[in-house]
Formats: sequence, C-alpha cells, structure tokens
Amino acid sequence: MCGATEGGLSLAGVDVAKEAVIQGQVTRDGEPVHGAYVRLLDRTGEFTAEVPTSATGHFRFFAGDGEWTLRTLAPKAEPVDKKVHAAVGNVAEVTIPIG
Amino acid sequence: MTRENSLVSAQWVEEHLDDPKVVLIEVDEDTTAYDKGHIKGAIKLDWTTDLQDQVRRDFVNKDQFSALLSERGVANDDTVVLYGGNNNWFAAYAFWYFKLYGHQDVKLLDGGRKKWELDSRELTDEAVTREATTYTAQEQDHSIRAFRDEVVEAIGTQNLVDVRSPDEFAGRLLAPAHLPQEQAQRAGHIPTAANVPWSKAANDDGTFRSDEELKEIYTEAGVDWSKDTIAYCRIGERSSHTWFVLKELLGQENVKNYDGSWTEYGSLVGVPVVTGDEPGEA
Repeated sequence: MCGATEGGLSLAGVDVAKEAVIQGQVTRDGEPVHGAYVRLLDRTGEFTAEVPTSATGHFRFFAGDGEWTLRTLAPKAEPVDKKVHAAVGNVAEVTIPIG
Repeated sequence: MTRENSLVSAQWVEEHLDDPKVVLIEVDEDTTAYDKGHIKGAIKLDWTTDLQDQVRRDFVNKDQFSALLSERGVANDDTVVLYGGNNNWFAAYAFWYFKLYGHQDVKLLDGGRKKWELDSRELTDEAVTREATTYTAQEQDHSIRAFRDEVVEAIGTQNLVDVRSPDEFAGRLLAPAHLPQEQAQRAGHIPTAANVPWSKAANDDGTFRSDEELKEIYTEAGVDWSKDTIAYCRIGERSSHTWFVLKELLGQENVKNYDGSWTEYGSLVGVPVVTGDEPGEA
C-alpha cells in the first residue's frame, strides 16, 4: 500500500488503495523515450487503453486485478509486448526497453 | 464510396498543408497535446471548453458554435480535416459534432496523430492564426444523435452497440484504464447491447480496417444491418469513432451516437442494466 518505487512516476493525487496501477517507463539504450504509444491489452488480448509516453518516457494505467499485456509502439521500432500483473492497492512498475 | 468522402490519408494532408480552403483541426483528449506540437497550420479545438456548455451537461448551442468557428477562422465552405490523439477518439467526436451542426465537407485523418507520429512526420509548435469568418451553423441534426428515452425504447428492437472494452461492458471496470476508476454510476451495460470495442475497427497504428473487415466484425457481433443502430460508450467519444465506421465508412442509414452514454444511462433510476459478458435479454 505504498507509493511508487524510487525513481518512478509520482503518485501524488492518486488514491492508490482504490486503484490497480500499472505504470513505468519506455527506454531506448537506457534513455527515456518520449512519444511512444503504450497499449494496455486485457487477458484475452483485447485493447483496453492506450497512452503516449510523457517527456520523461513515463506512462500510467488504472487497471483491475489480473494479468495484462503492455504493447509498446514507437517510431522506427518493432512493437514490444510485456506481461504484467495488477492488483487493487498495488503499483506495478514496469520498464520497457525498445530496440 | 463513402470512405473517399470522409477519410483522408497522412499523405493527402501533407499535400494540402498550404491549401487555404483546407482547415486542419486537432482535437485531443489531452487538451495540452496540441501546444507541444501539431501539424503545420492546424488550429485547435478544446472539447472540454469549446464544445461543451460550461454549466449544463450539453453541447454549446448553434449560435455559440457559429461564433466559435467564426472566431477560429473556419468558413462554411471550407474542407475541415480533423485529427487527434487516442486513435482519433475525440477527432471522431468532433467529426460527428460538425455533422450535427451541418458542416458540409468534413473529413478525418486516418490514424490521426499517432499514425502521423509513428511515420515520423513533422510537427511544429508554431502559433497559428486564421482570419475571422462569419460562420453559420445549422440546427442540430437529431437523426444522428440519440437521447436517453429512445435508447431505453431501443432495447430489444434496434441494434445497440456498446463500444467500450469488454471489462467495462461486463462491469469489471467503470472507465477506460488510463483514467481513475472511482465513478458514481452503476457498472454494466444496456440489455441486448452487442459489445464491439471501438478498437476492433482500428489497426494498431490507429488507421481504420478495410470495409470488408469492418463489415465482418459487426456482422459477427450480431449487428442486424436491416435495423437502425445506436452506438454508445462512456461519454460518447469512442462511440463517435464507431458511429463514423458504421455511418461514414460502411454507409449505414440511421446510425445514432448516444452522447449521454454510460455516464448518463448508468446513473438513471429504474432502467434495466446487465452485468457480465453476455448481452442479456430485453
């Protein structure tokens, strides 16, 4: 029931106890990637949400309990899929390196 | 063919960047996106302040819409090309809104901002001003806008297409997953509604699927092409995307967007609601 891990996106203003947060950062060669698109797919692979990454490469979703897939699209890169588990009251922190 | 009348490619837009009768308009859910970078010459409409009444839950009226477009420099005979982030959710909503107020020539940029960015096409933060016009909006065309009573009456008689994600349809989520979930309304869907998430109509890069693929997707989901159709989502923007597909790309007659959508329906006292993955009975 704590906030983000060190270096993660600020959770100021988010009632973490009521949300199943999935958040993280898209990186290329260790550097943050701004303007990538992260898609949240449900357990059946169906699209649920999508956000562009921020200036610091960050993204955030408010999901539900269960297994999810993050699909990341960026210019001049192949899509990258990454599985993540979310639970209400938790913050799942994910780093997504792209090629 | 309706697709050619309503949809333009990124290439087409690049070729018309300096055409004075083509007005590019960006409409985003994130209303700050435009300020960070937009297609050259594009103006911005803010769906929260420009297109919504600031007191009641409704659209700006005909006179306000006329004044807005006059001030922004849009003329009645301009070709309006809308684009935006989030796979054109809010650009499709603005497309429907322009049609609601009778604008003749309005188009959507296929793939919107995402496709433009993924193609590494140019964005600029240069300020854009257009000379003011005298724009005259028409009366709202209610043949494309559904209100709550006709939605209740449509249960079991018309196609109801719920375009939210399966988890929202079933009642496991109350909003798209990039938004906080705490909401006042009940969870679930309108009985008999088919769940065809808006995203099924789009490729990963945000462009629309082919007419053949689209027809198959809605047919498989149980849409009866001989019936009138009402599309809804949470606040009416994703369902504008599906309204665009059914009406503008597939050329269906009598398709309405229910802009009240789940935030209205799920708050109504006494109306039937179904939870779970099945459409449910009338």
